[in-house]
Amino acid sequence: MKSDSLIRIALGAYLLIFFSYLLGPLLVMSLTAFNSASFPSVSPWACFTYEWFDVLLRDKHIRDGIYYSVIIGIGTVTLSVSMGLAASIVLTQVWPRLRSTYYTLIIAPILIPGVVLGISTLVFWDRVGAFLGVSDETALYGLFHNGLFLTILGQSTFIASYAMLVFVARLQRFDTGLTEAALDLGATHTQAFRKILLPFMRPAIASAAVLAFLASFENYNTTTFTIIDYKTLTTVLAQKVRLGINPSISSLAFIVIVLTVFAALVFEATHHNRKRKDAIAQGKVTPVKKGILPPFMHGNAAAFGLVALACVVIVMIGTAGKHDPQVCKADVREARMLETERRIKVLNETRALREQSEPAESTPNKPALAPSGAFGGVFAPTNLTEDDAEPETETPKGGSGAFDNVFAPTNLDTED
Amino acid sequence: MSSGVAVDLEDIWIRFGDFVAVKEANVAIKGGDFFSFLGPSGCGKTTILRAVSGFLDPSQGQIRIGGKDMSGIGPNKRPTALIFQNLALFPLMKVWENISFSMEVTGASAKQRRKRADELLDMIALDGQGDKLPSELSGGQKQRVAIARALCANPDVLLLDEPLSALDLKLRQHMRTELREIQQRVGITFIYITHDQGEALTMSDNVAVMKAGVIDQIDTGHNIYDHPATPFVASFVGENNVFRGRVKEIKGNEALISTNRSGDLLSSISPSQVGKLAVGDDAMMFIRPEALQLGPAKKSSKTTISANVINEEFEGNSFSVFLEGDGGKSVKMSVPNGGQDKISDRGEVLSLHYNANNAVAMPAGELASE
Ligand SMILES: Nc1ncnc2c1ncn2[C@@H]1O[C@H](COP(=O)(O)OP(=O)(O)OP(=O)(O)O)[C@@H](O)[C@H]1O
Ligand SMILES: [Mg+2]
Repeated sequence: MKSDSLIRIALGAYLLIFFSYLLGPLLVMSLTAFNSASFPSVSPWACFTYEWFDVLLRDKHIRDGIYYSVIIGIGTVTLSVSMGLAASIVLTQVWPRLRSTYYTLIIAPILIPGVVLGISTLVFWDRVGAFLGVSDETALYGLFHNGLFLTILGQSTFIASYAMLVFVARLQRFDTGLTEAALDLGATHTQAFRKILLPFMRPAIASAAVLAFLASFENYNTTTFTIIDYKTLTTVLAQKVRLGINPSISSLAFIVIVLTVFAALVFEATHHNRKRKDAIAQGKVTPVKKGILPPFMHGNAAAFGLVALACVVIVMIGTAGKHDPQVCKADVREARMLETERRIKVLNETRALREQSEPAESTPNKPALAPSGAFGGVFAPTNLTEDDAEPETETPKGGSGAFDNVFAPTNLDTED
Repeated sequence: MSSGVAVDLEDIWIRFGDFVAVKEANVAIKGGDFFSFLGPSGCGKTTILRAVSGFLDPSQGQIRIGGKDMSGIGPNKRPTALIFQNLALFPLMKVWENISFSMEVTGASAKQRRKRADELLDMIALDGQGDKLPSELSGGQKQRVAIARALCANPDVLLLDEPLSALDLKLRQHMRTELREIQQRVGITFIYITHDQGEALTMSDNVAVMKAGVIDQIDTGHNIYDHPATPFVASFVGENNVFRGRVKEIKGNEALISTNRSGDLLSSISPSQVGKLAVGDDAMMFIRPEALQLGPAKKSSKTTISANVINEEFEGNSFSVFLEGDGGKSVKMSVPNGGQDKISDRGEVLSLHYNANNAVAMPAGELASE
């Protein structure tokens, strides 16, 4: 009995740790999107703001990146879903002895590092161009060196394998007798495919398409080689990280997270609903009488979540226009200034005390540098590495001058 | 309605690798016949049907439908419609779409299709259920939809692969009569597969009995029952008592067989085996339980069997009496229920008489396993 509850507590703790490990970073990242501090951070919390969404929407690079990511995503979905479908049909119908060889062959691109796929795509199509003898001016040459074309092909090499795995799983449950029945009733092979197999595969095609799109959207390794002079969201973000980021990236992450959760909830809610309808049709469950809730929300946690999420998003969008963080920001600025002044005062006092004990040494520099030097103490060399990332906007104008004096001789005093 | 066309199988062999699934099948099915293939599971019935409908090519031999050679003609071009062992209704289509699928592929309008489907739904007594999905139907209803779907294609030959095997006894008996009626109404050739001999005998004009890829006998149900050609047919179709022995004497179409236990017994020779049985051969003799009758002890008679009673079972319309027989097997006698309390006592010695015309003798061979 006792060990039982102990196990339960341990399990609970484990789950807590597990989920915070999984979701913690996402949560923190989402929060940083609403902090006015100009480096993504949660503490110290400055002001609640929506301005990073604004910054995000104004960023042309990101907008272009998203645009091309979507285009490449659509291209990749089309290509890999059709290739994957064809491959899976062949796989389930080939001669059994060849099946495992064929399977290994088709699955190989998943095992090959994306970087290798990217480089080989680039090299391959360049060689193809050279082999065909196309010169620089022709359209074909342009195509073989076009970032979008190459990226779609490069990504599809392995995303098609993912799609195939999805299709094979579904095809294994297909009763080939149905195709035979269709043929027997006079259908041609094309008709049997279109009217029997394709409708059966529809759910798998939908999930493979979503999977392919997501895989394409988030791909970096392959894309970075094949994209050449275009850009996708991932390559833009990678560039930004290199140059220093601001919370507009967090706001992008937040949007992506919300969309994902939204899609998951929609799927779950409709799935739940469909299952329920089936159960009602089979007479296993009695439909609920009219209540306060609309019927589709009955016993459907996902639908609740969906409605709640929609409400939150609507409220956020509604308040975004009205919410003005300027007052708060000014307050924060003022608070900092006051804090700085307080510290200066404290420092001055300690210095005055020290001067009394050793008057001769530091007298010459003192009058001019005292206040800034004190401020510099806050940004003492040891602090420098983490604080220089914090851009100027937050710091009061006056402070920057003080900053320059970090290495002022007076600082050396405070060191010991 | 098309009047059925003939189907001929000429020297058909079907092999899967080294395995011979069908061996030297020669079958002539008349137009408009209700023809059954009867045999135990795995004997190659489905394989034959798939060859007729065009899903597999025989390794050797020729299939003719209406006199026309079918080799190289695909299943969608043959005038046959197959009702699959598992029905194979299209799960994502409504019942009426299922039924009219053969019209959809020829480009008929939805209105025409719906009209024809409704007619057929009427015929199978499922009117008004056209908008359901197959999963919403009962087993018997699915069965009838599968039949309607096949009939909608206006086939010359309807092939049915154990269509009733999934149904319970009552429904199966009902569907038997229904199928027979449908066949007589549409008048097309039915080729019916079953491992249930009752089904084959009640419905068919002619039956082919198969054993492990070989067709043992093709005849009317009556003849198959009364004059089985091989020990397998004799023991597979209906109940039968087997007596093993050696041929002692042959007189015309009658043989005297000396058995270990019951002495010399007289029997007619199966019509197809006349001339194939010679004196000294190992033979088998079969007598149906209902052909045995109680009688006074007459030791000398060549149509009398004496044996101890093992036990007796009451079966409603008859009594089954089991007596000691050859090689550990019991001899069963069936006595109609005439109101008596019982027929015999355990251990009692009974004398059973039979008419030599009702006994069939043939060369010894393999029996159907129980
Ligand atoms: N595609 C195939 N490849 C190899 N062997 C096969 C194939 N199809 C059938 N067989 C074999 O042929 C034999 C006959 O099979 P078939 O399906 O015709 O039996 P059946 O008489 O219809 O049996 P049931 O009454 O159980 O349906 C079986 O032994 C089976 O294993
Ligand atoms: Mg079969």
